[in-house]
Amino acid sequence: MNASRHPESFFRSEEGLGLWEHRGKVAAVGIGHSPTARRWDGRPETCVGALSLDALRRAMEDAGVDPADVDGLVMDPTTTTGAYWPRGRPAPEEVVNAFHATDNPLDGIAQLSSEWILGNMPELTDVGFATYGDGCMARALCIAAQAVGDGLTHTCLVLKSWHNFEGRYYQGGSNAGSDLPGRSALSALWGAPVCYGTALQFAEYCRKYGKTHDMMAPFIENSRRNGLKFPEGYWAQHRPEEITPEDYQAARWIAKPANLFDNDLPIMMAAAYVLTTAERARDMRQEPVYILNHASSRTRPRSLTPTLDEVEEDTARSARKIYEGAGITAGDLSFENMYDGFALFHQFHLEGLGYRGVGFGEALDFYQTDISIHGPNPVLPSGGNIGCGRSRIWMHTDCMQQLQQRAGERQVTGVKPEVAVSGGPMPLGGNFLVWGATPD
Amino acid sequence: MKQGVVPDDLTRPFWEAANERRLVIQHCAACDRLQHPPGRRCHQCGSDEHLGWREVSGRATIYNYCVVHDTPVRVLQQEQPFNVAVVMLDEDPGIQMYSHLPGTPVDEVPVGAPVEVVFEATANGQLVPEWQVVEGGP
Repeated sequence: MNASRHPESFFRSEEGLGLWEHRGKVAAVGIGHSPTARRWDGRPETCVGALSLDALRRAMEDAGVDPADVDGLVMDPTTTTGAYWPRGRPAPEEVVNAFHATDNPLDGIAQLSSEWILGNMPELTDVGFATYGDGCMARALCIAAQAVGDGLTHTCLVLKSWHNFEGRYYQGGSNAGSDLPGRSALSALWGAPVCYGTALQFAEYCRKYGKTHDMMAPFIENSRRNGLKFPEGYWAQHRPEEITPEDYQAARWIAKPANLFDNDLPIMMAAAYVLTTAERARDMRQEPVYILNHASSRTRPRSLTPTLDEVEEDTARSARKIYEGAGITAGDLSFENMYDGFALFHQFHLEGLGYRGVGFGEALDFYQTDISIHGPNPVLPSGGNIGCGRSRIWMHTDCMQQLQQRAGERQVTGVKPEVAVSGGPMPLGGNFLVWGATPD
Repeated sequence: MKQGVVPDDLTRPFWEAANERRLVIQHCAACDRLQHPPGRRCHQCGSDEHLGWREVSGRATIYNYCVVHDTPVRVLQQEQPFNVAVVMLDEDPGIQMYSHLPGTPVDEVPVGAPVEVVFEATANGQLVPEWQVVEGGP
């Protein structure tokens, strides 16, 4: 079946909505990750479609769910990390022909439709609800959580996949051309890389609060250290290298004050989850992780790029929505696991949440304290995108695994894992999930 | 030199004014509010009936900047590193424009300083607003 559109009313994007009506009645029960790679090597078995099939099957296996019992699919059809299939180059026939193809030969290679997924998973015989959650896993999870709560699906697969090709990040397409359309020229003419907006906000943050870029070093070191404990992550699988403060401070600039290690590494990967009702979750293989709320930001900047004031106002607003719908406070958070790809905006999420009482302008001082998985104030136990590669997924998987007490070497030991928040990506416009080890 | 610009329907008044060395910003008459980048509707009231263009003074203040060392835009790579600043218009500090700040040394950007608009030719001859620090400014 083809994916349908979901209404904007699925999202909890306003304050004052009260407790989420499905609080504790929806649960995550299965996690599936494909292997990672830096770039696609051109083989059928490593294309983004194949990675997606692998992740989906692993998620169902993890949950102990019979594929015939799955009746929902939420996924992101966009898979690019910033790498695009060269215009005019035909899709490789041996890859297209290795799968059940759709009308678009790049399906499964440079994009992903629900038709392609379902066509290549004949074991999914009963999917009656399929929709797209564009952008990242957080958005797809919000949609799936609401859909399960509303009874549109009782056992739902949630998928996010990424492809990466040869060539440097975002250096193809219009960036390589001689001219630009008028609308995009208003910003693209000046040649700012993707991390520029975040670097701007960080520059203002440092000026406003008297902080320095060097103060980010403990956060980066902690993120990579935790990421190397994530066996599904890129750095753990391919380049088990820690980052020292000296490495960080010596890294080349991309858009000063953002350096190389403040940017996440584009990779190939796919991840999938199984969401179901709390009632059905009781009979599945893993301990359920209950969804206590989902919340979204639909804030847009007034002009070209968000100011620090706009960022701080919106992260605080998002936190109020997160807490209100879950019926919790900042004091209930067992650890902090918000999005980090780029590293220089992670503190905005953390400060917005008021994690451990940290207010605006205080996070970089907080990073100088014990933020490890063994201390009382864990920050990003997943390692995030900085520690695992660019996927926007790690913090969700980690929240689930921490609350299930199956995070392995990453398991937090200084706190009891009971309630967690994950989400992003950017401070403005993100989507967020609240997870509980128990439904109440 | 910057890439050329091919004006589209939405932005043509902006680019045509730039070629006349004038700076115009989209304006919603219902809200009496400027908006940039331009849109099909007013971002505040949603109206598409009250949008027009208003000429502004070309005076602004440097709000913030970064130094780009690794641009994805091919034609600018030979000019690295370079400043990319955000300026805010005197008429409405909520309205931002980007600038390479011609004449300002790399990473020596006086945040908060006044700037004034100049017009610079791009690769296809289209003029684009740029901003220069006002000498003798506060």
